Amino acid sequence: MNYPENYRYTKEHEWVSMDGDVGTVGITFHAQSELGDIVYVDMPTPGAAVTAGESLGSVESVKAVSEIYSPVSGEVVEANETLKDAPEKLNDDPHGEAWLVKIRLSDKSQIQDLMDASKYQAYIGE
Amino acid sequence: MGETPELRKTPLNEVHRASGAKMVDFGGWDMPVQYSGILDEHAAVRRAAGLFDVSHMGEIEIRGPQALDLVQQISTNNAAKLQTGQAHYSGLLYDHGGFVDDILVHKVADDSYFICVNASNQDKDFEHISAQNRFDCSVENAGPKYAQLAIQGPKALATLQKLTQTDLSSIRYYWFQDGEVSGDWARIARTGYTGEDGFEIYVAPEVACARWAEILDAGREFGIKPTGLGARNTLRLEAKMALYGHEIDASITPLEADLAWIVKFDKGDFTGKAALEKQKAAGLKRKLVGFEMRGRGIARDGYEVHLEGVPAGWVTSGGPAPALNKNIGLCYLPAGSAQPGVAIEIMIRNQPVEAVTVPTPFYKRAK
Repeated sequence: MNYPENYRYTKEHEWVSMDGDVGTVGITFHAQSELGDIVYVDMPTPGAAVTAGESLGSVESVKAVSEIYSPVSGEVVEANETLKDAPEKLNDDPHGEAWLVKIRLSDKSQIQDLMDASKYQAYIGE
Repeated sequence: MGETPELRKTPLNEVHRASGAKMVDFGGWDMPVQYSGILDEHAAVRRAAGLFDVSHMGEIEIRGPQALDLVQQISTNNAAKLQTGQAHYSGLLYDHGGFVDDILVHKVADDSYFICVNASNQDKDFEHISAQNRFDCSVENAGPKYAQLAIQGPKALATLQKLTQTDLSSIRYYWFQDGEVSGDWARIARTGYTGEDGFEIYVAPEVACARWAEILDAGREFGIKPTGLGARNTLRLEAKMALYGHEIDASITPLEADLAWIVKFDKGDFTGKAALEKQKAAGLKRKLVGFEMRGRGIARDGYEVHLEGVPAGWVTSGGPAPALNKNIGLCYLPAGSAQPGVAIEIMIRNQPVEAVTVPTPFYKRAK
């Protein structure tokens, strides 16, 4: 699987892609593969404050609920509303169309703590 | 995730692993939860056919001139009504009326009964039955003697018929026949846990891998898929079939579990009867009822259920119903509210989400 070089990754299998001081956040291909068919997504609303390592929302597969942990701290500026009616997009295109939220980072240097693509792939054993 | 060496394996374990199935610890057994995906497998069973390895299920064999007396003592349904070659669903209860297990009783002969029990309960069930054997029966914990495969779905009969001389259409629902599949002995029962037509076959463990491959080959033209425990759960929930540890356990009686139809008070004495009579006379306090979500959210096992803002019960099983495009569940509620049309709230991550009780089963196949 292709893990974009310009993304940063967490041990909880989220990714973040930076554009200025705004990070787009999603779950990794590996995460959706482990979850199986995703049938529900719960995300914060724009304006919500989020903290790195704390719950950002949840995704539910047919079998179970999984927390999504925020990779960064900051303020949610946009949530991907299309996932509410089409959560299965998280299985189809987790690194692209099925991003979850955009977060304005409180401090851009935070992302230096995250893994790059090669470290993440080593972490998941690919 | 470390490998737990003590996990028990079915004869098909390596076949599942080689096919890329996702494996889980299911009550101490290393079992496939999914192959191609739960939704895909669920749809295959509803539209064509699915093949399940259910070899983890236990089998207990009761034999002897008084075999019927022992079966009648330990189970709630009336086994005296069974004809040779017939099976029924029944309950194995404690004296206090709670479930030891739910079981399928097959009458093999006047002096021989074959009981299919839940995997993780088989040793407990065997002890429970043996302890009541004052009828000089032989009671055998026979799980290792059998592999069990379930072929379920509208194309199950057409698939299996290609592999057997036994006339499958002559086996009625909840009947069985000892015949052959691919020339080897097989007990072929028209039973299942999916709400579809289909068969559960009991074969020798040595031939399980061969049968698995042959059935998949035979069903290929119809679109058969190997199907894991994930879809088995969504299928049985749509059909409102109980799962031990969820709808039923030692603290729940069949009357509470909406299973009064398997309790035959007029058949004579059985373990748990007095407690059930007492409960019936006093009136039920709680009862199982189905619901569907109205608000956005999925109910899950163990979530609290509120009635008019007050905690009133709990979800026993909940999740998406893939064939119905709804989120459904089963829950216990005070008996007075356990009928269709009652507005309830499911507590999902501390937020009340609207739901309504509905008639069950959620899914019923077209006859």
